[in-house]
Amino acid sequence: MRHVHAFRVGPVGFRVGAAWRAPVAALTALYAGYPAPEDDVADLTVRLHPERPWRRWVRPSVAISGDYWLPEAAPLPLDQGLLAAEMGMNLQVALGWRRHLLLHCSAVERDGRVLLMSGASGSGKSTLATVLALNGWRFLGDEFAFVALDDGRIHPFPRAASLKNGAIEAVRVAGGTVDPVIEDTPKGRIGYWRPPADALARMAEAAPPALLLFPRFGEAEAVERMAPSEAFMRLTQASTNYVALGEAGFAVLSRLVREVPTLAIDYPDGATGLALVERLWGAL
Amino acid sequence: MGGVVRTAQQLVAALRDPASVAGLDPAGWTALLTAARAERLLGTLAHRLDARAVTPAVARILADAREGAGQERRAALWEAEMARRALAPLGVPVVLLKGTAFVAAGLDAGQGRSIGDLDILVPREALDAVEQALRQAGWEAVKEDDYDDAYYRRWMHELPPLIHRERDRMIDVHHTILPPTARPTPDAAALVADAVPLGNGLSILSPPDIIVHAAAHLFADGDLAGGLRNLWDIDRLLREFDGDSDFRPDFWTKLDERARRHELGSHVRRAVRLTHQLYATPVPPDWRRRYALDALFRRRLLVRDGWGRQRRSVTRFGFYVRSHWLRMPPRMLARHLWIKATRKSA
Repeated sequence: MRHVHAFRVGPVGFRVGAAWRAPVAALTALYAGYPAPEDDVADLTVRLHPERPWRRWVRPSVAISGDYWLPEAAPLPLDQGLLAAEMGMNLQVALGWRRHLLLHCSAVERDGRVLLMSGASGSGKSTLATVLALNGWRFLGDEFAFVALDDGRIHPFPRAASLKNGAIEAVRVAGGTVDPVIEDTPKGRIGYWRPPADALARMAEAAPPALLLFPRFGEAEAVERMAPSEAFMRLTQASTNYVALGEAGFAVLSRLVREVPTLAIDYPDGATGLALVERLWGAL
Repeated sequence: MGGVVRTAQQLVAALRDPASVAGLDPAGWTALLTAARAERLLGTLAHRLDARAVTPAVARILADAREGAGQERRAALWEAEMARRALAPLGVPVVLLKGTAFVAAGLDAGQGRSIGDLDILVPREALDAVEQALRQAGWEAVKEDDYDDAYYRRWMHELPPLIHRERDRMIDVHHTILPPTARPTPDAAALVADAVPLGNGLSILSPPDIIVHAAAHLFADGDLAGGLRNLWDIDRLLREFDGDSDFRPDFWTKLDERARRHELGSHVRRAVRLTHQLYATPVPPDWRRRYALDALFRRRLLVRDGWGRQRRSVTRFGFYVRSHWLRMPPRMLARHLWIKATRKSA
């Protein structure tokens, strides 16, 4: 491929190649300061290429593929090439990674213990993780929690946080810098927040999970304990590789829900959410 | 184009002679691993290479691939067992095909092999009963339109694919090994009659028939996509069935007779020649004669570049057209392509 950037996020070495310069330049800027893949051999490859040969120039459209792909992944316009790269990276990890159990969770750490937050898009898990990181927590990731198969510890995957629509303003209000912002994507307005230097410097440092939350944004404040059985079922749904890992995935996930207290929380706004999380964490 | 040939050839060389990876730099490794993954040969490669002789990053990628293949093996054997239980009351022979057969029988070709769907062969007259029994056991039709369904039932060598509603796994039920519209007509009854029982109610094809099926699948029923893996299967099977060193003349005679009985003599000979040319499979001298056309097949097989892309689009398109040409008579092909094309744009 013509334009290439290779870098490492936590345990994952990526190689992103594109037919155009712009998406790779944007990616290189967003991931400045990230190390190279270990031994310079990437684990996963992302390709951004024209859907048809002439679409490199005529109404350029960026198709996303790589080691793994989904037939239904729609191409994006060239000015959303950074989003295409990010989607391609997520796709490779979701479909191809099997060194850890992957949970669709954001994760932050304090005092050597990890807070996991699971939820669908719109639950506020990315925003909460980002805002917590702006308030003294270590940012481990906003998209996937990497659970070690042998000891259940959470390994950081500190990609740039991907913030949608209202979350962009919420993070700015909390003192974070969101840049670049891409308008009119299929998911609305998307902005990226670069994790602080500390999150990058310590991205090989794993820690055990201590609390699992299922947040829900936009509801009156409420806290409810969740049974390990329900948490287990929900997390199998929230895992991209639980089935592919077979027994190893079952063993580590059952251990996680047995050992880690789990709560479903509702919160009306960011400030209340932040205060609630701090309170629950303090009561552990 | 030089680069294309280099990565694909490096992959073939690494499988044939694991020591050939010794001089690879990080970029070379990245290209090799990416191409192997795209050809669904990474698990196989991981079994071939010595993990102690590579860098930690490469060793981890190979270990993941071995784990992945181990899990696919477990899942494939479980799926075969589920089908066995569903079909046992019928008392009909059930023959495992392709990857599941290799791992069920413990053949070398199953080492690290990636396995997707479950493929089985049953006698044609048992097809309706088999379909009914599978549906009762939780398999259901993959969503598709009436044309596809009718097309499969009338013109294909297998039922429309069924998927299990809980396990989300696909089964292809074959009654022979080539579409009835293809020019060769394999002797399906002989395939079932000579199958080798595994002792658990399931069986696999006889050694010559396994080779014949692999060759038929590769050269008479497709555009050679994934062909490097199919040829690797054939290489492992030939080495194992022939005892790997001194040729057992009876094996090669039987293979030749069997191939001709299934009207696939030339396809099997081509498969044997190409696996000899690419993977250095030991082959008796009279099977080695080179044909000019073989170069074109090698060109089609070696298309994967270091980014996992398929190059040589003109060659590939030629083989795509050929695959349809082989599968059906021209009038039928025209009608089929017309329906496919107009449906897509609708």
